[in-house]
Amino acid sequence: MNNSAIRNGLGYTTLALMIAALFMVFDYVPPEAEQGIAQLIFYFHVPLAWVAFASFGIVAIAGIFYLWLGDQLWDDLGYAAAETGMVFCTLMIVAGSIWAKPIWGTWWTWDSRLTTTFILWLMYCGYLMLRASADDTPQVARFGAVLGIVAALDVPIVIASVRLWRTIHPAVLVTKQGGHGLEDPRMVATLLVCLAAFTVFWAWLLMLRFSQLRTRTRMSALTMKIAFANAAASDSKVMESS
Amino acid sequence: MEHFGYLFAAYSIIFAVIFLYVLFIWRRQSALDAELRTLEARMAALTEEPAASASQQSPSDVVS
Repeated sequence: MNNSAIRNGLGYTTLALMIAALFMVFDYVPPEAEQGIAQLIFYFHVPLAWVAFASFGIVAIAGIFYLWLGDQLWDDLGYAAAETGMVFCTLMIVAGSIWAKPIWGTWWTWDSRLTTTFILWLMYCGYLMLRASADDTPQVARFGAVLGIVAALDVPIVIASVRLWRTIHPAVLVTKQGGHGLEDPRMVATLLVCLAAFTVFWAWLLMLRFSQLRTRTRMSALTMKIAFANAAASDSKVMESS
Repeated sequence: MEHFGYLFAAYSIIFAVIFLYVLFIWRRQSALDAELRTLEARMAALTEEPAASASQQSPSDVVS
């Protein structure tokens, strides 16, 4: 199976899963008793967080491999993952903020999880600004790899922040003591379908961007070769004429 | 339906941004395709040039 067939397959699967996820969120799952309809934002907020963190994990792994092997492939993978991660991280923060307004009464608070997430977002903003503002040289790729690895160290801190510090953010995984668990099996099923939809969608986007960056890298190499060939041809003409 | 506006806003923003990002990727792909066609044309010109110059040189070589 070639890459194009895999990409098409992921695209159609995303479409089917997204339709199923929307149906389950708006027609199947019961709203939570205390939060009401605003709690339905959670079913997209959590998958957005998952794919954002997975992206940043890939940035770190690709960065390590780039520093180790120096292969441009890993740099392209890291760049593609950082870009998709930033899109999903931004959406996760925005969706969380919209949920917070009716539930907490404020769009934003400097809670430990929100603050660590904002720091993560800022660091990957820096990563993308570095990549966008500088040429694609090995030195910039190395800086990017180091920045991507350092920024990804914040991901476990974000995840653990609800346990490490006092926070008002709901701890999704705490089911017994905290009382924030998904007790209705329909809630669990809806969350799983949303997670599957966003995971496949993320894989599709990552594959698209990665293949684009690979093509761009190969085209840059080809442009260089053509430029050298042109220069060599014009040199030989000068030699012949003289 | 209390807080419906927030729910609607959240899902609308998510899908709008996703749509814009897919559109951005699609436009990048179009730009890459155009760049690739230019490169192919340059490569073709580069490979034709030596062949043409060789064919131009051969009659004069025979005369001399």
